[in-house]
Amino acid sequence: MRPAKLGEQPSVSAEKPKQRKNPFTAAQRFLYKTAVIAGLDARKLRHDPTELVMRAVQPVLWLLVFGQVIAHTRIIPSGDLPYIDFLAPGILAQSVLFIAIFSGMSLIWERDLGIVHKFLASPTPRTALALGKALSGGVRALPQCILVYILAVILGVKIDWNPLALVGVLTAILLGAAAFSAFSLIIALLVKTRERFMGIGQVLTMPFFFASSAIYPISIMPDWLKVIAHGNPLTYEVDTLRALMLSGGTSSFGLALDFGVLVAATIVMVLIAGRLYPRAVT
Amino acid sequence: MSIPVVETIALSCRYGDLTAVDNLTISVERGEVFGLLGPNGAGKTTAIKMLTTLLRPTSGEASVAGFSITRQAPDVRRVTGYVPQMISADGTLTGYENLMVFAKLYDVPRAERKQRVQEGLAFMGLEDAGNKLVRTYSGGMIRRLEIVQSVLHRPRVLFLDEPTVGLDPLARKAIWEHISELRAERGTTVFLTTHMMEEADRLCTRVAIMHHGKLAALGTPAELKASIGNEGATLDDVFVHYAGDRLESESGVSYRETRQTRRTTKRLG
Repeated sequence: MRPAKLGEQPSVSAEKPKQRKNPFTAAQRFLYKTAVIAGLDARKLRHDPTELVMRAVQPVLWLLVFGQVIAHTRIIPSGDLPYIDFLAPGILAQSVLFIAIFSGMSLIWERDLGIVHKFLASPTPRTALALGKALSGGVRALPQCILVYILAVILGVKIDWNPLALVGVLTAILLGAAAFSAFSLIIALLVKTRERFMGIGQVLTMPFFFASSAIYPISIMPDWLKVIAHGNPLTYEVDTLRALMLSGGTSSFGLALDFGVLVAATIVMVLIAGRLYPRAVT
Repeated sequence: MSIPVVETIALSCRYGDLTAVDNLTISVERGEVFGLLGPNGAGKTTAIKMLTTLLRPTSGEASVAGFSITRQAPDVRRVTGYVPQMISADGTLTGYENLMVFAKLYDVPRAERKQRVQEGLAFMGLEDAGNKLVRTYSGGMIRRLEIVQSVLHRPRVLFLDEPTVGLDPLARKAIWEHISELRAERGTTVFLTTHMMEEADRLCTRVAIMHHGKLAALGTPAELKASIGNEGATLDDVFVHYAGDRLESESGVSYRETRQTRRTTKRLG
């Protein structure tokens, strides 16, 4: 038999797809499947909440130990804010980053079994798989948010309880977690083994954290670090949180730019992760 | 003659120097249980990954239920079911949740979802286990759940990659009965890979033997036994005849693949 070339109409008959989807239902279906994937992780957390408890340790240490000590010695200038107030939004952003940057691990796990193969063989858009997983990073970050708020209240941080501000904080956290989770997915899809993934994750967290305004203001950084900090999405997440979480908090870049950067980072990362997703089967 | 449900034309897949699937041309009729046989590393899994749109062929074409696997991949995904060789049910979720997720991803209408999930659990004798976490299941139960997972949307073709690997004889027999029932009750075409001759003999209407990525023989189990001109031949004899020296033919198996097979076997067993 004559071999068929790619791109050539094969003799294998191919009927036209039955229904041409209109763009609205296609978008609806995309969002629905994204929600199904994101919802999966929420269910897993409900079955086994150990992870949440373990995750709570780090922010407690940073706020209670590091925060109290530095606040006492006053070595980091924090403008008009008491240092603990300055630090609380930074630690919230940091704990979200730490959760998100390792969330790609679940993909490596699913790949070692055959779970990811089954997802890819289903009629689920690759981008919906990536976005769903990214948002599930956000789902896991929400309990951290509650924890940091409780710690902040205990430490006497002046919280802005305006419902709009709270919604803004949740949105910023969801976006920040989604952007870094999608970044983590990209790494997982590129390195494929858990050893290399853990290594790279460890190497990346600290630079993101220290090259941001999480624990000290950008103004005291050396110039080269300032440049890096301005390219770091975490800086904009911290800036948003500082403006919205604290009563009388202000944003140094403006909330429009902050949210713009977070949305753009999420979209770019999710699109790249969606493109790379089929690599999970090889 | 009816239209083939699965048809491949010179389907090939290369990884660097290795040609995993080499000019594979086969066609499968509606309602068949078609078995792809071969030693480890013969290219069976690569072939099934191309047909389920997980891998793009390097050259050649194939259609599944009338849709091209390269140009109409989303349509192929809608009308097929797939059970990978490795474990594909999520141990951290319950059986019911595992099924619900795939009912949603495969666009089973909301009104029918619950009923189909319950029916599926009942069909595989898993009613009592539906609300237990899958990590508490036995190997046979996991496989049964995975098969339900991939037929909730009533696929036209069900792809099973080594469906009984690592199962004990009883569990294996249960899976065979369920596959036969699926075909009898719903007319689902089944395309499976195996290296177990008994499995092919019991289940398959036709088998293709693959060796080094190439098609070595094709026919009904009876035809193949007759073809080697040996009175009273078993499929094992046929296999050895066409796939030759087993040790030599295993050269294509990677460390990772072996590790995964072993791990799957261990977890299922």
